[in-house]
Amino acid sequence: MAWVNAIIQGVLVGGLYALFACGLSLMFGVMKVVNLAHGDLAVVAGYVAIGVITVTHIPVLWSFLIVVPVMAVLGYVLQRTILQGALDRSVLATLMVTFGLSVVIENGLLQFFTANSRGIGTGLALVSGSFSIGSQIQIGYLLVVIFAVAVVVLLGLQHFLSSSRYGRLIRAVADDKEAAQLAGADYRHVFGIAAAVAFGTVALGGIAYGMYAQLAPTTGTDTILLFAFAAVVIGGLGSLWGTLLGGVVLGVAQQIGAQISISDETLAGFIVFLAVLALRPQGLISRGAQS
Amino acid sequence: MSLVTETTVRPAERFRVTRSRRNVVWTGAGALIVVVVLALFPYIVYSGTTAILVQAFIVLTMASMWNLLAGYAGLVSVGQQAFVGLGTYFVLILALHGTSPFAALPVAVIGSGVAAVPLWWLVSRLRSGYFAIATWVLAVTVMLIIEKFSSIGGGTGMPLPGLAGFAPTLLIAYTYWAGLAVTVVAMLVIYLLLRGRLGLVLTAIRDDEVAARSSGARVGLARMLVFVVAGAGCGAAGGLLAISQLQVQPGAVFSVQFTAEMAFVTIIGGLGTIEGPILGTVVYMVLQQTLASYNAWYLIILGLVAMFMALFARRGLWGLVDARLNVRLFPVGYWLRLDK
Repeated sequence: MAWVNAIIQGVLVGGLYALFACGLSLMFGVMKVVNLAHGDLAVVAGYVAIGVITVTHIPVLWSFLIVVPVMAVLGYVLQRTILQGALDRSVLATLMVTFGLSVVIENGLLQFFTANSRGIGTGLALVSGSFSIGSQIQIGYLLVVIFAVAVVVLLGLQHFLSSSRYGRLIRAVADDKEAAQLAGADYRHVFGIAAAVAFGTVALGGIAYGMYAQLAPTTGTDTILLFAFAAVVIGGLGSLWGTLLGGVVLGVAQQIGAQISISDETLAGFIVFLAVLALRPQGLISRGAQS
Repeated sequence: MSLVTETTVRPAERFRVTRSRRNVVWTGAGALIVVVVLALFPYIVYSGTTAILVQAFIVLTMASMWNLLAGYAGLVSVGQQAFVGLGTYFVLILALHGTSPFAALPVAVIGSGVAAVPLWWLVSRLRSGYFAIATWVLAVTVMLIIEKFSSIGGGTGMPLPGLAGFAPTLLIAYTYWAGLAVTVVAMLVIYLLLRGRLGLVLTAIRDDEVAARSSGARVGLARMLVFVVAGAGCGAAGGLLAISQLQVQPGAVFSVQFTAEMAFVTIIGGLGTIEGPILGTVVYMVLQQTLASYNAWYLIILGLVAMFMALFARRGLWGLVDARLNVRLFPVGYWLRLDK
């Protein structure tokens, strides 16, 4: 029964990882930007949420109403300024700029907010509450909510990309930005919109992680970025639902690892990631075209 | 008479292809003098200065290796700390078995190079940005595996044995010479590799990968060779790190901060030139020494400067020097000279 519990927990945590991963996947798919600061930006969103809750005393759950738009605007601005500037130069420049951003954010947080970890909404019934199935399986309400949010975000993203006006523009620009430009689409603006959407999901991921666990300056890289990336690769590059599958596989592998020995949680996840990289580098669900 | 006919009638003997505009012997002699003077430093300066220079040697070796990867082979690795960490652990394991840490250095180099082969097989399937994060995951995985062995300190690490017999001043001097030797060998290896066939193949790949492949360049092999050499070089830097810090702690030696330092130093100094990392290391050491009492600030400033350089001065500080003076200390390209 402990194993069944581990698998259920793993599947639910996988939703959180998919939430981390979809922004990374979107930015790569559209702009060919691999944002190495992805995780650190999620931590920034979490810290902003903590600040907003402390200052305005709004209900914890509604903090996303402020944080998501703030991060989306930040995403648009970053994309239109330094990310676009780097894109105009080279792939290497985008990697260096996002890596620089990652190191600057992480050490900046360390300087101003110390290395202490902090959580969001600890003490909230939703965060600590759970329900039981039988005597062995205990499921936290929060993880169920996060999983549901992840599915809703993925469904929303898919709907947005396939049928909204901006979604069509984003797909057109991702396919061929010069041709889209000729047809009258300002690809820089469209890139900005895509970045804003990606940063919105990053904000949700950061807040969700802050409620599920604790945020510290290093959480952004050693947990969020690397897990998001592992989920993307396991699921298959460029597939939204593959990302959810990748997150679930990673989550289940980690929980099974934690069952074997509590210190093996992260290692088990990465070993599954490396196994996929060695045996099926195109990912579990592959569209073939993007690699 | 048109220009075209003029060039076609020019006799072939009037062209000369050289490595450098100035005589290479002079730069060679200059480099030799610098190395000899540096080798005498333990006799003429305080041990505090040599200890700082050891740090500079470590940074320069790592940055040169990262420059070889990113600047010449287009492989942006964010996981070079895997090899720094492996280097320290090779030295630690051999020291635990009674070998002198200094004698263990060459083993750390070879061991890290050999370890790079299977790791390359795993990450070589991914390109650019995904390659970068994959190397990072690999570095974390290597660390998590090493932490499982409690005989080498597990997750907390342990002090490096085998150096207690040395007098402190002598130990610093030996460490300094080892650092100088590692750096000189590393620079020499990079220089000779880039001057040789590999340098040509890498230039061809950089200009046009498909054309290089179709002319018979073994692109995969060239990249793997660079990855292995960079792994070995970072392993050497890691071995030095273990000796200079006398303490091996997995979280510290596998820190992504090392890759941040090597990347920033290279970008600031000038990516894709051998001289760049040298200049970048000077900037790094100055920043690090002035801001030493302000914790992570030097890294923040270094990161901001590197971002600025990546956006506005792609060729780095050396690029600015080169644009004015047109000099190469380590000529690896070719000049076409027209004799009048």
